[in-house]
Amino acid sequence: MDFYVIVQLADATLRMAIPLLLACLAGLFSERAGIFDIGLEGKMLAAAFLSAAVSFATGSVWIGLLAGIGASLSLSLIHGIASITFRGNQLISGVAINFLAAGLTVVIAEGWFRQGGRTPSLSGAARFDGIDFPGALTRIRDKLQASPGMQFYSELVSGHSILVYVGLIAVPLSWWVLYRTRFGLRLRAVGENPAAVDTAGINVVQLRFAAVLICGVLCGIAGAYLSTAVQAGFTKDMTANRGFIALAALIFAKWRPWHAMGACLLFGLFFAIDNRFQNIQLDALWVVVILVGISALLTGYALRRDKIDMLVLGGLSAVLTVIALMLWGGMASGSEAGLFGSLMETVKLPGEFIQSLPYILTVVILAGFGGKAVGPRAGGEPYVKER
Amino acid sequence: MNVTSIAPAIELKGISKAFGPVQANKDISIRVMPGTIHGIIGENGAGKSTLMSILYGFYKADKGEIFIGGQKTTIPDSQAAIAAGIGMVFQHFKLVENFTVLENIVLGAEDSGLLKPSLKRARAELKSLADEYGLNVEPDAVIEDIGVGMQQRVEILKALYRKADILILDEPTGVLTPAEADQLFRILGRLKEEGKTIILITHKLREIMDITDTVSVMRRGEMTATVKTVDTSPPELAELMVGRKVLLQVDKKPAEPGEVILDVKDLNVTDDKGVHRVKGISFQVRAGEILGIAGVAGNGQSELLEVLGGYENGTGTITVSGEEIDLTGAHSDGQSRRARGIAHVPEDRQREGLIMDYAAWENTAFGYHHDPKYQRGILMDNAAIKQDTEEKMGRFDVRPPDPKLAAKNFSGGNQQKIVLAREIERNPDLLLIGQPTRGVDIGAIEFIHQQIVALRDQGKAILLVSVELEEILSLSDRIAVMFDGRIMGERMPDATDEKELGLLMAGMTKGAA
Repeated sequence: MDFYVIVQLADATLRMAIPLLLACLAGLFSERAGIFDIGLEGKMLAAAFLSAAVSFATGSVWIGLLAGIGASLSLSLIHGIASITFRGNQLISGVAINFLAAGLTVVIAEGWFRQGGRTPSLSGAARFDGIDFPGALTRIRDKLQASPGMQFYSELVSGHSILVYVGLIAVPLSWWVLYRTRFGLRLRAVGENPAAVDTAGINVVQLRFAAVLICGVLCGIAGAYLSTAVQAGFTKDMTANRGFIALAALIFAKWRPWHAMGACLLFGLFFAIDNRFQNIQLDALWVVVILVGISALLTGYALRRDKIDMLVLGGLSAVLTVIALMLWGGMASGSEAGLFGSLMETVKLPGEFIQSLPYILTVVILAGFGGKAVGPRAGGEPYVKER
Repeated sequence: MNVTSIAPAIELKGISKAFGPVQANKDISIRVMPGTIHGIIGENGAGKSTLMSILYGFYKADKGEIFIGGQKTTIPDSQAAIAAGIGMVFQHFKLVENFTVLENIVLGAEDSGLLKPSLKRARAELKSLADEYGLNVEPDAVIEDIGVGMQQRVEILKALYRKADILILDEPTGVLTPAEADQLFRILGRLKEEGKTIILITHKLREIMDITDTVSVMRRGEMTATVKTVDTSPPELAELMVGRKVLLQVDKKPAEPGEVILDVKDLNVTDDKGVHRVKGISFQVRAGEILGIAGVAGNGQSELLEVLGGYENGTGTITVSGEEIDLTGAHSDGQSRRARGIAHVPEDRQREGLIMDYAAWENTAFGYHHDPKYQRGILMDNAAIKQDTEEKMGRFDVRPPDPKLAAKNFSGGNQQKIVLAREIERNPDLLLIGQPTRGVDIGAIEFIHQQIVALRDQGKAILLVSVELEEILSLSDRIAVMFDGRIMGERMPDATDEKELGLLMAGMTKGAA
């Protein structure tokens, strides 16, 4: 693997991580204020659709972006009214939003454009194009021949759409808002102990609404990025469960902005591997070693934890070990080289396996492999005044 | 003190507040002069906390006026209370557990949008407050890492940082060790010297006598008396608090105590906050007798019942009918207790005795749902349970006798009858019963008392815990008084009176008073 391949992989990682990162930060604001938001997915989807549709209709991607944010905000408002004003169940409200978005986007798209639930292809000013920094190379052939430093600058630093940079700036900005401002202090407090905030003379409802609306704006940008920057238009269910992966990343990051970026980049890397390398060929030996190694690691970890982890992680390890053994057995029986010689032969990893990597990681993280994650203590609980 | 020239720090005139049919505060008037410590004393549910919540803007009074420093003031929310110079230290602290002391103090009283300058000023201010009042805290410590004593000082500092002149403390010593409580009282004395006005809500007589200048007594939502502390005595306060009710005579034959059923030896209970609640008590209850445990609420009676009922851990030895029972571990639960012939009517029937949203027939089966007569194969025999409930309701005169009605739709007395029917009809050897008639109407009280006596006459042992002295005196065959986790003494009901029991409840033996 030469350096340019690594830079390309990093570039793809970044592109895939940005929507996750924006959604993850959105969830961070909401959950830090004590409002669980399982509806990130739905909000992204609604934003992706409306921004693509409005971009197409007006020819301006910026108006499209605003429309997308508007769509996401209105769903946030529904979530806020249901769970803050009326103290409803936050999970149910979130699930409802997901269903609503999944259905409405396709129905409206079909009614509007009659293209089977998608929007027409976007081009020109109706789409976010990459911004080329001064001096950056744009043609692949030039890049291949350039120095490593130039490759890094041209491929990874330069050439992204503006929303990528927005996503990156959102990380330090979120950190600063949360830990360095009055608003952030109150927001974190209301997610931990709303009674403390209330008795300190601060309006709990207003504060939580503010957090939920910030969540809406960030989800809106994330959705718009998917349909107007990564893709050129909306397709059915195009968020592909990114909202849920963002939630897993949020838990992995233990609700902290910088860690959220790390977690999202990790997920982005798996998506990037899937994008860049449809065919990965490895010696069978390595595949077996990696699979068995991972199962041993998971089992070792699960042994130190509670019953439920034993069940989930232990089961996962068992599956991985069985896959490894089946692979080895299959290789050995179909080869002339004998039981051990067959280990040196090359196997092609199935594309489906690579595709499923981010989702496997999600399961592992949610099973508690990222260490004990304690969320905001008042999370999920509607605030009811008591004496 | 020249009352005509100095306006009272707080004056309440005719405050009333009702929650549905329950009158929590009834026409309450009170004057507290600046620079004094005023105690408000009363039983649980007497309406103290409601009154203070009105003062801090949590509830709006239905009627009445509030004057702060002579000015008529309305307090629609906590912000207005803070602006009026009122600071409140709640019984359950309102602190953000994973924030530092400094962050908790600044929260809601920040100077500007950015945190740094606020925190810097707060740090300096905190230092001067600490010097002034002897309130030492570690500004950078995280709340969950510091003890309750320091947490409470943080709450006081929070109020002082907001320039509070009036400080309300709700049951401040409930979670403190005696040493911590002494320190708190020194701080309160210091605050008083500096001209702050302090309102201390408590049900502990000794605290009132030690530290307050004036004291008001509340009972059932009414303010029954306001007196200077020097002019009163613990027995008088105890009597005002517990009050005299219509005398309810219970017809009963003399007890015929049999063998020892319950034998408690050196029982100790420490709650999850680390407070030592029950301190090495020993007593016995025999078959065919009622042992009444008297005491002001919060002196360890609840914890005693909880250990016996199997949902609190303790140390010591408890034998029931000659066999020892587990006080910790897997066999210390309600199920095991029932298997040993112990039935329990908990103090708080709405929280521990019933599931309010469930129907009466479901509530009747709780705890006894393994009974073969409630089973049909692997399924519950709901028809049998309903049938059984209907019969029980008939025998215990539950109105309306509808097994399908949710528990919350019955009146307090009828709810209690449902719990009693469930527990008594199991024919237990030992019945634990806490506050059997709290919130129960007169008619039901009589019925419940008759049932308890009838069970005794069948030769069962009964442990009765009640804060109603009258109830204790009329039902018990023997009376033990608890104070501060200890049994102060045992008396026979016909050889004692309310006065003597009141003294014991206040932690004083005859010699000391």
